[in-house]
Amino acid sequence: MVNLNVNIGALKLKNPVTTASGTYAYGEEFSDFMDISKLGGIFVKGLTLHNREGNAYPRMAETASGMLNSVGLQNKGIDHFIAHIFPAIKNSGTQIIANVNGSTIEDYIAVSEKLNELRGMEAIELNISCPNVKEGGMAFGINPKSAREATEAVRKVYKKTLIVKLSPNVTHIDEMAKIVEDAGADAVSLVNTFLGMAIDAEARKPILSTITGGLSGPCIKPIALRMIWQVYNAIKVPVVGMGGIMNAKDAIEFILAGSSAIQVGTANFVDPAISVRIIEGIEEYCDRYGVKDVNDLTGSLKI
Amino acid sequence: MKLVRDFKVAGYKWLNESNFIIELQSAEDLPPIHPGNFAEIQVPGNPNVFLRRPFSIYDCDLTYNTLSFYVKIIGEGTATLGKLKQGDTVNLIFPLGNKFDTETEGPVLIIGGGSGIAPFLLLGKELKEKGIPMTFLVGGRTSGDVHLTDVFGQYGDILITTEDGSQGTKGMVTHHPVIQEESFPFKKIFTCGPDPMMKAIAEIAKQKSVECEASLENTMACGFGACLCCVVETTTGNRCVCTDGPVFNIKELAW
Ligand SMILES: Cc1cc2nc3c(=O)[nH]c(=O)nc-3n(C[C@H](O)[C@H](O)[C@H](O)COP(=O)(O)OP(=O)(O)OC[C@H]3O[C@@H](n4cnc5c(N)ncnc54)[C@H](O)[C@@H]3O)c2cc1C
Ligand SMILES: Cc1cc2nc3c(=O)[nH]c(=O)nc-3n(C[C@H](O)[C@H](O)[C@H](O)COP(=O)(O)O)c2cc1C
Ligand code: FES
Repeated sequence: MVNLNVNIGALKLKNPVTTASGTYAYGEEFSDFMDISKLGGIFVKGLTLHNREGNAYPRMAETASGMLNSVGLQNKGIDHFIAHIFPAIKNSGTQIIANVNGSTIEDYIAVSEKLNELRGMEAIELNISCPNVKEGGMAFGINPKSAREATEAVRKVYKKTLIVKLSPNVTHIDEMAKIVEDAGADAVSLVNTFLGMAIDAEARKPILSTITGGLSGPCIKPIALRMIWQVYNAIKVPVVGMGGIMNAKDAIEFILAGSSAIQVGTANFVDPAISVRIIEGIEEYCDRYGVKDVNDLTGSLKI
Repeated sequence: MKLVRDFKVAGYKWLNESNFIIELQSAEDLPPIHPGNFAEIQVPGNPNVFLRRPFSIYDCDLTYNTLSFYVKIIGEGTATLGKLKQGDTVNLIFPLGNKFDTETEGPVLIIGGGSGIAPFLLLGKELKEKGIPMTFLVGGRTSGDVHLTDVFGQYGDILITTEDGSQGTKGMVTHHPVIQEESFPFKKIFTCGPDPMMKAIAEIAKQKSVECEASLENTMACGFGACLCCVVETTTGNRCVCTDGPVFNIKELAW
């Protein structure tokens, strides 16, 4: 028997496989396809203080081995989530983790305060890296000063496990990771999407209504892996890795590079049951190499 | 219940060089399929096609467990779907989306542009079973875009428009006398095709105070409500075409 349990701060996951915010809705959308209770956790769609309609259609452009999105955090607001969505999913047998967004520090604080009171949710992911909103979002995560301020402010009001999601749209992601670690983060997650763009040459127009959007999928995997390796070597708190994971082999690579847990994102659209197969594949890999505890694999890259 | 399942290519019927019907067979029984439902097809054997592609279910045969799709080639995914061999495996997520509402009293007008006729065979079958008379109005740029009139002709009258006048009435579907004339005997309109066409039809339906349902074809990443990429603006905010649609009553749409 392989031990698959991992801890991210005080958050206990039964295995290192979770699903990425914005790619797994609130989990129930996948219950026809897989047993969602098998997951280590579900990072639900990004939440904001108030209802957000998101950006105008078109919000998606396929690219070589990936896609751009500019959904723009469409959600009905934190109060609706707490009253109507969370009660329906909190007993789904896996950890439910909110993804917290804001246009201002005050927004982040207000949402985090409410989640601090929410029984049954043990962690939040502070998203300071959304590239698809006009105010806030990624602006916090690409500036060392505001990244520190946002993390410190939320740390003051949020007592459970605080995971800060980093933007890859920076020159030195290891420095950003260090900054949020020093500001009180219990863990970091990375990467969010890369700012990109797609053009329709025939129409001479951008494909997305917002012109630019966030790039995800296997095309970003090599860069994501590099960033996880850099961050793992720069900080002491756990790293939750993601960016183009399509199968168990990819997931293992992210773990070897330094991830304590991983998130499956865009792959859920192509194969909605892939996350369970990734859990099975990780277990199989451990068996094959006589690894007793998946935690021993984290950062165990032979150099 | 949505399923993820492997099918085998059972055969093709080519309508011309860029339009075909592909029939896929499952080894297991199919669940009920409703007019308006679609499937997300994983295009095999082409690494350039990353996401699945959504297609309306054109026909289904519950005896032989087959689903058919009417495909118009517009890019790499649709082209690759046209190059498979009999027996090749194709993975589908289905049945997806809502369905047309066929609770109507009178005769209906069904308006399809281009590949927009795809969902109307199953609709025609259901209407015929209910004894509701129907007329099909099919539009294309040129006669090469107008297909399957023989098939649809078994369910109702066929009217045709082409922009270049090579077949039927010259102009757009909205220029056809059946829409232009004072008397309008239809109690409901169903439409599927390019957005500008459907918007023009929705406008006419409003003027004539006739019920109208439109089946939208917004680009999708997942097809089952996970990504929020496929939204349409409605009177109650942005809603997903893949789960709340693809069929919308035009009264719900903020067109
Ligand atoms: C619910 C639904 C049902 C559909 N039913 C059918 C059907 O029955 N038969 C059929 O032939 N097609 C149907 N479509 C459209 C079909 O999904 C696209 O034609 C297909 O995905 C194109 O793939 P491709 O790789 O060939 O083209 P791509 O290379 O992806 O695209 C080629 C060009 O077409 C544009 N494009 C692609 N998809 C769309 C779209 N949905 N709307 C507007 N522009 C687009 C792209 O931006 C690009 O410029 C349906 C779409 C939806 C959402
Ligand atoms: C359609 C879509 C919506 C997303 N929405 C969010 C979001 O609300 N909050 C967030 O932190 N990340 C969001 N992301 C980013 C993913 O969580 C993930 O960081 C990114 O897609 C990289 O992983 P992947 O390549 O495996 O998809 C979204 C990604 C996609 C594709
Ligand atoms: S296509 Fe993903 S939510 Fe509709």
